[in-house]
Amino acid sequence: MSINLQALSAQLLVGLINGSFYALLSLGLAVIFGMLNIINFAHGAVYMMGAFCAYFLLNIFGIGYWPALIIAPVLVGIFGMVMERTMLKWLAGLDNLYGLLLTFGLALIIQGVFQNYFGSSGLPYAIPDELQGGINLGFMFLPIYRGWVIVCSLVVCLATWYLIERTRLGAYLRAATENPTLVRAFGINVPRMITLTYGLGVGLAALAGVLSAPINQVRPLMGADLIIVVFAVVVIGGMGSIMGSIVTGFALGVIEGLTKYFYPEASNTVVFVLMVLVLLVKPTGLTGRAV
Amino acid sequence: MRTRLAVLLVGTALTFGMTISAVAQDKVTDKNVKIGVLTDLSGLYADLGGEGSVVAAEMAADDSGLKAKGWKIDVISADHQNKPDVGAGIARRWIDTDKVDIIADVPNSGVALAVNNIVKEKNNILLDSGAGSSELTNTQCTPNTIHFTYDTYMLAQSTGGAMVKAGGDTWFFITADYAFGHALENDTTAVVKANGGKVLGSVKAPLGTADFSSYLLQAQASKAKVIGLANAGGDTTNSIKQAAEFGIVKGGQKLAGLLMFISDVHSLGLNVAQGLNLSETFYWDTNDQTRAFSKRFSERLKTHAMPTMVHAGVYAGLLHYFKALEALGGNPHDGAKVVAKMKEMPTDDPLFGKGVIRIDGRAIHPAFLFEVKTPAESKGPWDLYKLIGTTPGDQAFRPLSESKCPLVKH
Repeated sequence: MSINLQALSAQLLVGLINGSFYALLSLGLAVIFGMLNIINFAHGAVYMMGAFCAYFLLNIFGIGYWPALIIAPVLVGIFGMVMERTMLKWLAGLDNLYGLLLTFGLALIIQGVFQNYFGSSGLPYAIPDELQGGINLGFMFLPIYRGWVIVCSLVVCLATWYLIERTRLGAYLRAATENPTLVRAFGINVPRMITLTYGLGVGLAALAGVLSAPINQVRPLMGADLIIVVFAVVVIGGMGSIMGSIVTGFALGVIEGLTKYFYPEASNTVVFVLMVLVLLVKPTGLTGRAV
Repeated sequence: MRTRLAVLLVGTALTFGMTISAVAQDKVTDKNVKIGVLTDLSGLYADLGGEGSVVAAEMAADDSGLKAKGWKIDVISADHQNKPDVGAGIARRWIDTDKVDIIADVPNSGVALAVNNIVKEKNNILLDSGAGSSELTNTQCTPNTIHFTYDTYMLAQSTGGAMVKAGGDTWFFITADYAFGHALENDTTAVVKANGGKVLGSVKAPLGTADFSSYLLQAQASKAKVIGLANAGGDTTNSIKQAAEFGIVKGGQKLAGLLMFISDVHSLGLNVAQGLNLSETFYWDTNDQTRAFSKRFSERLKTHAMPTMVHAGVYAGLLHYFKALEALGGNPHDGAKVVAKMKEMPTDDPLFGKGVIRIDGRAIHPAFLFEVKTPAESKGPWDLYKLIGTTPGDQAFRPLSESKCPLVKH
């Protein structure tokens, strides 16, 4: 097969765009798993809620895309915190499986409720006027909105990494994961910190939802389609590793993009093939620590 | 002890009685009908079929007039999840243990082809409305299957033919990677070539892809005049929306949504969908009868959407089925016999008008070519199409002379 360099660079860029979503979503999952030890299967559902939230803000309250970028993650984050306080809290200390089952059930319920009221085809959400149009890069026509998605997601990912790995707050958080009793003895409210962390993880998913609303239809199942791939990303990157999930997210987006070019039929399985290979060679994931 | 014995006796008697009546039901013509609506209740085709198809089946049962004449009609439904193995399992259970007489709707050609084999094996009926593959009435035709609403051959003739004649003589396909997508691509390729056009390439995208940008870039690079979307439901709406983003239509290439339903256009919104050409066999705003049906339908549906052609096909197909049962003087619970009667009687219903069901199981009625209105032209949320052409039934579907169906004698 002759390789067209122009087409290849275009596919790489498109891969990076999809990678942005993988990175944002897997980052939220990694934060939640790393700090709370919960495998959050409701992540796809809250991603979808973020997109719907943006749709409601626009169509009911007339609030546009830019404010929605902040408001929707905050609202959905609060919803997540309520979920943590009322349900997930009781599972602390139990086997991971309980949290997984609970969040999976919640995801099914949330998706079912949305599908009942809004059907499966989805609702339209337009690209904001400021980001309409595109730039001709020579090798491809890059829609400005897609460029914005890459930049926004990179900034948010790095900021989250910095917050957790490099600040005092992050240090408390990591300490609380290692030994909650000791950290409490220093006068830090560990349960509240855990609730806020869950809210942060959920908020990141909702942000990804708002970012994707103008690209995909706002559909009840938009998260369900994506979440399995994102879980594979987290497993490959190493459960709970912040930087691992960011890098793997972008990298897998690119690999998937290349597969779509060379062998499109395999594009929805390539991520899982990689996951199997990584698990065989390094069961803790690429950057994971041994448990 | 005595009570236990009594219970045992009564139990045995009941079981015995039930077995006898079950056996009797298989043999004797009676006035009981059980309809199984097998559809996608939770996935990407749930709006074009789904709950609406169940409502349409219930409306057909109510409107048939049979209930007043002492018939007992039950409608049950199940979700095939777009998986042929799941759909086949449900079909077998329905026929073997639930005594379902007819399986209706079945969108997704993969599932439909699986059920098609089962109804033949078990002498039941498949009244398909939602699936697209024209193979159901071609190489795969059976004496037990009727394909009512549309098929890939018709879509290719109507939309494909119109676009080639309008100057779109080079094509690139983005195809859903399963039975339906392949059939639609093949049928359209044949029409393009027959009209002197050329196919420059195609790419197969997995069903349920969220991001089509890779495929759209390949289509863009091919420089084909027309990009044929041989997919359906959420796949089509995502491709069209993202094509607008990548400036494909502005760059001079045309999009052909080879299979689009009114639910897709409504979901995309007129800003994105305006100007698209598409083919359907039913549109709610065609005449007084279709408007009256659609109003009643949307009142019964939870989302209050207007019916798609798939919903209309479930309704009209079942109305015809009830007429055949009445003409037979009861339900013989014999699939091939009822289907033969349905083929013998001309169809005539308020939604599709007068037509016939051919020997190969293909229901024949006209196909309409629509153009999606601009936001300025539309007067309401469902005022979406204007009619730009009609293909008569005998030209819209594959002629029997080209058929590879074993039931057709050449």
